[in-house]
Amino acid sequence: MRTGWLASLLIALFLLAACDGGRKAAPPVQRGPGTPAQGDALVVGSIGEPSTLLPLLASDNASHEVAGRIYNGLVRYDKNLNLEGELAESWDVSGDGLTITFHLRKGVKWHDGQEFTSRDVMYTYRVTIDPKTPTAYADAFKQVQSAVAPDLHTFRVTYAKPFAPALESWGMAILPAHLLEGKDITTSELARRPVGTGPYTFKEWVAGQKITLEANRDYYEGRPWIDRYIYRIIPDNSTMYMELKAGALDMMGLSPVQYQRQTETSEFRARFNKYRYPASAFTYLGYNLRHPLFADRRVRQALTAAINKAEIVHGVLLGMGQVAHGPYKPGTWAYNPQVRDFEYNPERARQLLAEAGWRETNGEGILVREGKPFRFTILTNQGNTERLKTAQIVQRRLKKVGIDVKIRVIEWASFLSQFIDKGNFEAVMLGWTISPDPDMFDIWHSSKTGPKELNFIGYKNPEVDRLLEEGRGTFDQEKRRRCYWRIQEILAQDQPYTFLYVPDALPAVSARFRGIEPAPAGISHNLIRWYVPKEEQIY
Amino acid sequence: MAQYLIKRLLLMIPLLFGITLITFTVIHLAPGEPVEMQVAMNPKVTAEARERLRKFYELDKPLHVQYVKWVGRLSRLDFGRSFAPDGRKVVDKIRERIPVTLSLNIIALVLQFGIAVPIGIFAATRRDTPLDKGITVFVFLGFAVPTFWLALLLMYVFGVKLGWLPISGLHSMGSEGMGTVAWLLDMARHLILPVSVATFSSLAGLSRYMRSTMLEVIGQDYITTARAKGLSERTVIYRHALRNALLPVITLLGFSVPGLIGGSVIFETIYALPGMGQLFYMGVMARDYPLVMGILVIGACLTLVGNLLADIGYALADPRIRH
Repeated sequence: MRTGWLASLLIALFLLAACDGGRKAAPPVQRGPGTPAQGDALVVGSIGEPSTLLPLLASDNASHEVAGRIYNGLVRYDKNLNLEGELAESWDVSGDGLTITFHLRKGVKWHDGQEFTSRDVMYTYRVTIDPKTPTAYADAFKQVQSAVAPDLHTFRVTYAKPFAPALESWGMAILPAHLLEGKDITTSELARRPVGTGPYTFKEWVAGQKITLEANRDYYEGRPWIDRYIYRIIPDNSTMYMELKAGALDMMGLSPVQYQRQTETSEFRARFNKYRYPASAFTYLGYNLRHPLFADRRVRQALTAAINKAEIVHGVLLGMGQVAHGPYKPGTWAYNPQVRDFEYNPERARQLLAEAGWRETNGEGILVREGKPFRFTILTNQGNTERLKTAQIVQRRLKKVGIDVKIRVIEWASFLSQFIDKGNFEAVMLGWTISPDPDMFDIWHSSKTGPKELNFIGYKNPEVDRLLEEGRGTFDQEKRRRCYWRIQEILAQDQPYTFLYVPDALPAVSARFRGIEPAPAGISHNLIRWYVPKEEQIY
Repeated sequence: MAQYLIKRLLLMIPLLFGITLITFTVIHLAPGEPVEMQVAMNPKVTAEARERLRKFYELDKPLHVQYVKWVGRLSRLDFGRSFAPDGRKVVDKIRERIPVTLSLNIIALVLQFGIAVPIGIFAATRRDTPLDKGITVFVFLGFAVPTFWLALLLMYVFGVKLGWLPISGLHSMGSEGMGTVAWLLDMARHLILPVSVATFSSLAGLSRYMRSTMLEVIGQDYITTARAKGLSERTVIYRHALRNALLPVITLLGFSVPGLIGGSVIFETIYALPGMGQLFYMGVMARDYPLVMGILVIGACLTLVGNLLADIGYALADPRIRH
């Protein structure tokens, strides 16, 4: 019968799909280091397509990731997240901290053969601050009072007051003056056919499909071993994972489930190396401090004490992350390891709530004060299931201490315009990227609480304000460290956010690539030194 | 006839205006602004930078001024530049996406009609037999199974486990160096899975429709007459019944034409196909006004043209409409 035939076909499909464990697992192959050799290609998967390869105009990750292979800045972060010279061989900061002099590297060539000079740096500076350039990155450069290029290999900038994040801002990709000067950057064809000084040169961009880069033979640090870098656009994570398993991708970031449950087979481990290190981001529950519910610090402390962060890391990230106590990445110099905020302790939470006047409960077991139940909504953005799951766990824990939480998921554009910008929210579940420079002026300073500014929860603490100003006003790392360590102590007491977790980055890379050195900065810091031994090359 | 045509064409002018107005209003009613999407939650951006971007995109001007400017450009067939940071022309963005969507949809449409029509006839002539029921189950299975799930399952089986077919995308690595024939074959291999899933999931409607119109026709008196004349069953079905049963199906085909440039977001996302669906979706998410409005206007115009062609067709066939 037809139906029977069909059913058996479907069953066969299922079996075939489910027979993961059925295949004899090959023993993991121990691969030696091999001999470095030129050749082969690294195929990387990305959810999003870059919007433009002029990094000055781009604001998305994908654009910056690809552009980062093509361009160089004057400075960059090394594998330990310290600033080092890139196109600048070295730099001096004057005694008063106002003037930075960059000594540019000699003999660096643009991909079209022209020599890189201070003219390019000057052009990049000028076009960035040009009011006609639609860029999001002009502000750090606007602090510059004067910029001069005394000779072809020196570039000097003077600031009105010492400004520590200034140095980092010179990590901005330097653009080729000889191709752009006097032209409208917004319509430049360099957005699709970039020319840089970086380790890879642009070859081809097939819209919506892939971008191909080729090794720069004349790269100042030496030619990269891997001949081609191919950036494939695969918008769906499941598809990307299958492409990885089928061997059509060499590298992708895994989700915790993929890392823990789906790739722990000897077959996968023989073909791929998995890496794990803290990502530069944290997730938090932020409270609207203008809202009467959260005005009392004890209430916020109680909320933190009522939430079991370890459980969230375990449940949402399958343990692939760590509990956060403040806004910095564990292991970096700005991170204060002694700071611990409120441990999970529902008893303590109830006690703190009682002190704040939340004593009685109503018929549903919800705390009541002056006749009003303790009830609020956590908003989070659509498309991030980790945040949603976290919110659900928080909801359950808060219920246990008598707080009724609702969760609302909203599309990003509406989320920002209708809720955040108008201060129209009670609590939000969001995340921040942790930049290597610890200046968090925009997020915590009381002057940044206006509409569309980033201290949207309305946090105001005079001591934190002062420390933030002091921290960005000096280049002395020890002084800065003291400022930021103290800020973390204050935040742990104030609890404007409940800092929840720092997830791990979980990249998998095909085992044929050697020379990968995991470091605090991740794995791609030495991409030009990755190689595939001749006998294992496939492209 | 000429008079009728002129009247129809003139009627399209206010329609087009209405379309631009509605398109413009709808996208501007959506909360959020393109600039927001680019700079929100970025500590490196100040209010001044935000204003600079708004000015660049002319979002600081009153809405009616923005509308007039946009319609003005549109009347010169200039769709403007995208609000995405690349600032490319909307037309270029659409042009590079349309071939993929169009060819995928045409292939799927041809297959869909090519399979559903015979299936429908087959089922109708064997009404209530196990074969008819089997077909019913089969087509409804395609209708009911979530596309994304089936797509992933097939990718896993044929791409990962068996390794017979590529999983996603349009071309293999190294397709640049292939000859034309090899290049086409490579692309065809990439299209097998998406086209099969698209076809399978859309068989139900059409084949059921074919089956019911066929059954209706078979019940008519003239079929009984034909049979009574002693014609063979084959001639009765394919010469007499089929012709009449096919007419409504051809109307359906006409309706499918405007849909040809629309792509499915889920589908294109799973198979990493750079088509119109994704372009539109991304445009909406980023509030890329010129792009979204451009796609909507082109889609609406195609529908208008499709309707016009259908009307002309009717007019040619039926003199009563002409007058």
